[in-house]
Amino acid sequence: MQYLAPTTLDDAVSMLAAQAGDCRVLAGGTDLLVRMRSGFAEPDAVMDIKRIGALREITTEDGGFRIGAAVSGAEMAENAALVAAWPGVVEAAGLIGSTQIQGRATMAGNLCNASPAADSVPAMVAAGAVARLASAAGTRDVAVEDIPAGPGKTNLKPGEFVASIFLPARPARSGDAYLRFIPRTEMDIAVVGCGVSLTLDAGGTCTAARVALGAVAPTVILVPEAAQAIIGTKLDDAALDALAAACSAAAKPIADKRGTVEFRTHVAGVLARRAATIAKTRAGEQA
Amino acid sequence: MSRIHVTTTINGDPVEYLCDPEETLLDVLRDRLGLTGSKEGCGTGDCGACSVTMNGRLVCSCLVLGAEAEGAQIATIEGMAKGETLHPLQRKFIEHAALQCGICTPGILVAAKSLLERNPDPTEEEARYWLAGNLCRCTGYDKIIRAVMDAAAEMREAS
Ligand SMILES: Cc1cc2nc3c(=O)[nH]c(=O)nc-3n(C[C@H](O)[C@H](O)[C@H](O)COP(=O)(O)OP(=O)(O)OC[C@H]3O[C@@H](n4cnc5c(N)ncnc54)[C@H](O)[C@@H]3O)c2cc1C
Ligand code: FES
Ligand code: FES
Repeated sequence: MQYLAPTTLDDAVSMLAAQAGDCRVLAGGTDLLVRMRSGFAEPDAVMDIKRIGALREITTEDGGFRIGAAVSGAEMAENAALVAAWPGVVEAAGLIGSTQIQGRATMAGNLCNASPAADSVPAMVAAGAVARLASAAGTRDVAVEDIPAGPGKTNLKPGEFVASIFLPARPARSGDAYLRFIPRTEMDIAVVGCGVSLTLDAGGTCTAARVALGAVAPTVILVPEAAQAIIGTKLDDAALDALAAACSAAAKPIADKRGTVEFRTHVAGVLARRAATIAKTRAGEQA
Repeated sequence: MSRIHVTTTINGDPVEYLCDPEETLLDVLRDRLGLTGSKEGCGTGDCGACSVTMNGRLVCSCLVLGAEAEGAQIATIEGMAKGETLHPLQRKFIEHAALQCGICTPGILVAAKSLLERNPDPTEEEARYWLAGNLCRCTGYDKIIRAVMDAAAEMREAS
């Protein structure tokens, strides 16, 4: 195996294009190194992107935030402006593993690993996050929900990788939240996850919303019917019931040792209701 | 296969080594440099026995490639005591009998030190969450947490 460590984005793009064999991008390595050690991945080369300065930064852009693909969860949690604008996204990324894992794990790696249960992905999808992909052909912007193709599979083209993730500007009175269900309090894989992002008007009526679910389908899913259930309402009980019903209806989970189909379907609704309530409170606090 | 030449700093000392591209930092520390204080419990990021800091961040050295240490500052358990003088955390672990077999202990000490550097006055809950990635099969966590809290109190008084 070859270890590549480019220091600029241009070098990274040309190195990746020049690789004939299986070359994997190495971000935090918290998925990739586990897979390599267990023999599930035997790449011909790994390309470490952590020495590319631009990919290690969180920058503000058009009122939003561009998060480099090599930024760890711990670094996100230390950025006060990011935490204030997108608490749900930062908390979701913060749920990934232990303190040790947080020092390394990236959201881009969580996305490209393409687990249906990836914690930061429903939060990013709810946020309307956009991934910037780089390759020898240039860059293109793709909505985060269009990146995963199935468990462990993405829609990235050969020679293409995620350079950064953009979280858009927030209108006034906006809030987001992510909740997952796990049987313990730390260090576990989501049985169900739900991200909600919403905006209220001055009277407290929801004017825009996005709702996403994790671990209930082969990929993280955006649930437009769930958003429709709360847009135009003040998130009263009837609206929250409709939101929960829409999420349960959209959930198409599998049964495994961590949860049955019935349990996951029910919990999808429960989490959506709770996450929407937190997002609403946060939006109100911003008024 | 060509080896990679790495120049790094470990516990303040400049160190150079050759390693294979897929070799982990944990294997480099233990097998090439003789720093066997960091343990391998799982090799998959779950147990924390291999905890070290890299540029001030707590990481699992089993999930870091040796090649990634180029130009970095690494701190391991071997750098914790100053000569014969134990770090307050080490002393408190002995006083509170916060170890039995000791496999988890180096990782927990490195992780606890990193906590107290960031937060000299953690609540018990904060300490438990910070150390959630460090598993202990023998001692149980209460003694460990008591030792960490007691060391934190002593270090606050001393400073
Ligand atoms: C102990 C432990 C606990 C964990 N707990 C959780 C958890 O609670 N929730 C959760 O969601 N995950 C969890 N994980 C999984 C993992 O930590 C996350 O998925 C993490 O976000 C992966 O990020 P990374 O930067 O380490 O990715 P890497 O391991 O570096 O990469 C993951 C995959 O994505 C590819 N990749 C990485 N970056 C890019 C890029 N920029 N462009 C294209 N491809 C890329 C890699 O080639 C690889 O295939 C856990 C892992 C461990 C070891
Ligand atoms: S050996 Fe590294 S976490 Fe267990
Ligand atoms: S003392 Fe044996 S594992 Fe902790």
